Amino acid sequence: MIEMKDLSLVYPNGTQGLKNINVNINKGEFVVIVGLSGAGKSTFIRSINRLVTPTEGQLFVDDENILKYKGKDLRKLRTKVGMIFQNYNLVKRSTVMKNVISGRLGHTGTLKSILNLYSKKDIALAYESLKRVNIEEKLYSRADQLSGGQQQRVSIARVLTQQPSVVLADEPVASLDPPTSHQVMKYLKKINSEDNITTIVNLHFIDMAMEYADRIIGMRAGEIVFDGPASEVNEKTFEEIYGRPIKEDDIRGGTEENVETP
Amino acid sequence: MNIIVPPKPPKSGVKTIRNIIIGVGMLALYIWTFATIEIPWDRIFSQRTVENFDRVIPKLFSPDFTFASRVFEYMMETLFIAFTGSFMAAILAVPFGFFAASNINRNPFLNTLGKWILNADRTFPEILLALIFVVAIGPGAFAGVLAIAIHSVGMLGKLYSEVVESIDMNVVEAMEANGANKIQIFFYGIMPQVIPEFLSYAIYRFEIDVRASTVLGIIGAGGIGTLLVISSRNRNWDEVGMILLVIIIFVSIIDYISTFIRKRIV
Amino acid sequence: MSKPLNTNRVPASLVSKDTKFRMNIIMLVVLALYILSSVMTNSSILRFDADFFANVWNMIVQLFPPNWSYAGVVVDKLLETIKMALIATTIAGILCIPFSLLAASNIVQNKFLYNFIKMFLNIMRTIPELILAVVFVGLFGIGVFGGILALIIFSLGILAKLISETIEAIDMNPLEAIRASGGNTLQVIWYAIVPQVLPQFVSFTLYVFEINVRASVVLGFVGAGGIGLILQQQLNFLSYQNVSTIIVITFVVVVIIDYISNKLRGRLV
Repeated sequence: MIEMKDLSLVYPNGTQGLKNINVNINKGEFVVIVGLSGAGKSTFIRSINRLVTPTEGQLFVDDENILKYKGKDLRKLRTKVGMIFQNYNLVKRSTVMKNVISGRLGHTGTLKSILNLYSKKDIALAYESLKRVNIEEKLYSRADQLSGGQQQRVSIARVLTQQPSVVLADEPVASLDPPTSHQVMKYLKKINSEDNITTIVNLHFIDMAMEYADRIIGMRAGEIVFDGPASEVNEKTFEEIYGRPIKEDDIRGGTEENVETP
Repeated sequence: MNIIVPPKPPKSGVKTIRNIIIGVGMLALYIWTFATIEIPWDRIFSQRTVENFDRVIPKLFSPDFTFASRVFEYMMETLFIAFTGSFMAAILAVPFGFFAASNINRNPFLNTLGKWILNADRTFPEILLALIFVVAIGPGAFAGVLAIAIHSVGMLGKLYSEVVESIDMNVVEAMEANGANKIQIFFYGIMPQVIPEFLSYAIYRFEIDVRASTVLGIIGAGGIGTLLVISSRNRNWDEVGMILLVIIIFVSIIDYISTFIRKRIV
Repeated sequence: MSKPLNTNRVPASLVSKDTKFRMNIIMLVVLALYILSSVMTNSSILRFDADFFANVWNMIVQLFPPNWSYAGVVVDKLLETIKMALIATTIAGILCIPFSLLAASNIVQNKFLYNFIKMFLNIMRTIPELILAVVFVGLFGIGVFGGILALIIFSLGILAKLISETIEAIDMNPLEAIRASGGNTLQVIWYAIVPQVLPQFVSFTLYVFEINVRASVVLGFVGAGGIGLILQQQLNFLSYQNVSTIIVITFVVVVIIDYISNKLRGRLV
């Protein structure tokens, strides 16, 4: 469903973001992209919803080349490709509900969304999404009153409300502690298997990548240096991807067990 | 399809009532304002306005350059008024600033009194002050200088007192421990901490005072406003255009210089 | 500067020679400028003689007591002044939205457009409101209309600057998120920018209302409506007790408005 052909990206300042990427990601796969910071993981992910635009090659989502998309087409693409960010990217002063319902923006007319005229179905969907990440009781709290893990769950709910066929997650656990990280990854895994949503996650923790991924793609300096099922991966593979021995920072550790439930 | 709608947000009755009162109040205020303001729409949308535009606009945008040297002269007077006024205020505001600073003036009553005086002074529009002085000592730049000086003390005094309140009192304590007297502490412990900010604020105030001084002439307190009144009374719109041009250039240059100097100071 | 310090000699001063020299020069220049400007404006310290204080005292004596029977007229005109400020602030508050978005460097990617709008706003802010009023009265005749227009333009410059700076300081991440979920430009503004700047927007608008009330006091001097009109009239009639009524009531109202506005703003941010 996602296919990259000879995809390259050079930033205006000359940095090579992606270099000759050729990859095929199937519907419902849970892919984890690993690599050091600056390896091009973020560029890879952001190309898929065109937050950045590759300069060469072709990128197909559902058999359509998205690189020429503009305006309406682009927004339609983004509606079906949801995204989760490292810093949650919630509007801190708005309520949880308002943040979650903003996942419907792509499906809602401008005037309606400005006047808060959402259909009952949309509201129910937003609420259902909150329930799926077990944070429905925070419905009317302001986003800045939540902990980091809760905020990330709200941002997962926002993506669910969007009803996407692909979810991109850019370092979703980098700002969280180990137990919360596992919890967030479990939710991502859950929606991946329940809704058959293709999920692509950037991580730099090797233990988490091995635990949650179906398939691991390793990147270095904008190139894919490894691509294979998670079962074939061991520490040695990571040392090859990273081009250096594994360090303590590369391992998240911990389990979901002792997560504090608020 | 079974739709589960989220629970309604908890609403406190008091809050709802308050919001309704505020909303109705605002609405009433606006209705009253727009209903009672006297705007002669028929005169504004008349042939006369069109004629006025024809008469005023082209001339406004073709400034009379033969008038430039006179405008320049009065603009310099405006700058002199602003400078004299700001300079006087910058010095007068120092005692007020210390008087209103809670870490220097420990008497809560006197301290609050000082803050109140500065607040009242700041709120009193300078043009009213200028008016009083024009009547008292006759028209001229001196009245303008006095108005600017007195009005500026209010703002500068308040800003100064905030600077003084934020100084590092440990230094003062250390000097007290050294056996320094109050005056020594003032010059060695306090002044070095506050001088850069004081200067920066004084320059900022000068920037504001230049703008304020441009209008003083309208009530006879000197500066470029004097010319503006004459030119607009005589409907010499090309002269008004020239005045406007000179003001824009001078104020922009002064803003630029002032910002540059303040960046270097702090 | 790079000369090594001669540690054998006892230093002559607490600060380096260069610093001392520069400070002295700056002090001299500032002082010279003051003397020059005080001479040019005929307001040297020598003017503060006995005559001066006698004149001022005389004036104050003439101002008192205020003529309270005149208060009705004053309140009427003062209400007009406040209405002018209210209308002008409201309209400027609405108009400033597109301007502040266009003048925020994180929203407008086009450098040329951004610089153009910034420059336009900067120029607008250099024009004193009274001069705007003179021009508008020339165009639309005597009355509040010209005054309101002058206040709108004047406050638009200030508001757009303050709010564009607020927008430049917002968290850009939510914008990316809304864009990533398929929101169009208006939705991005409404869902990601507006909630972040709304409190400051209201606070700055109240602040500009304060400024406008004060500014509209003087607009009457050039025929642009409000309390300035009767102030000038009473001055021409030399009825100083009416003048002091105007001054006292205006001052009290300005203080009250400032106080309320400050309280509201304190609760907002």
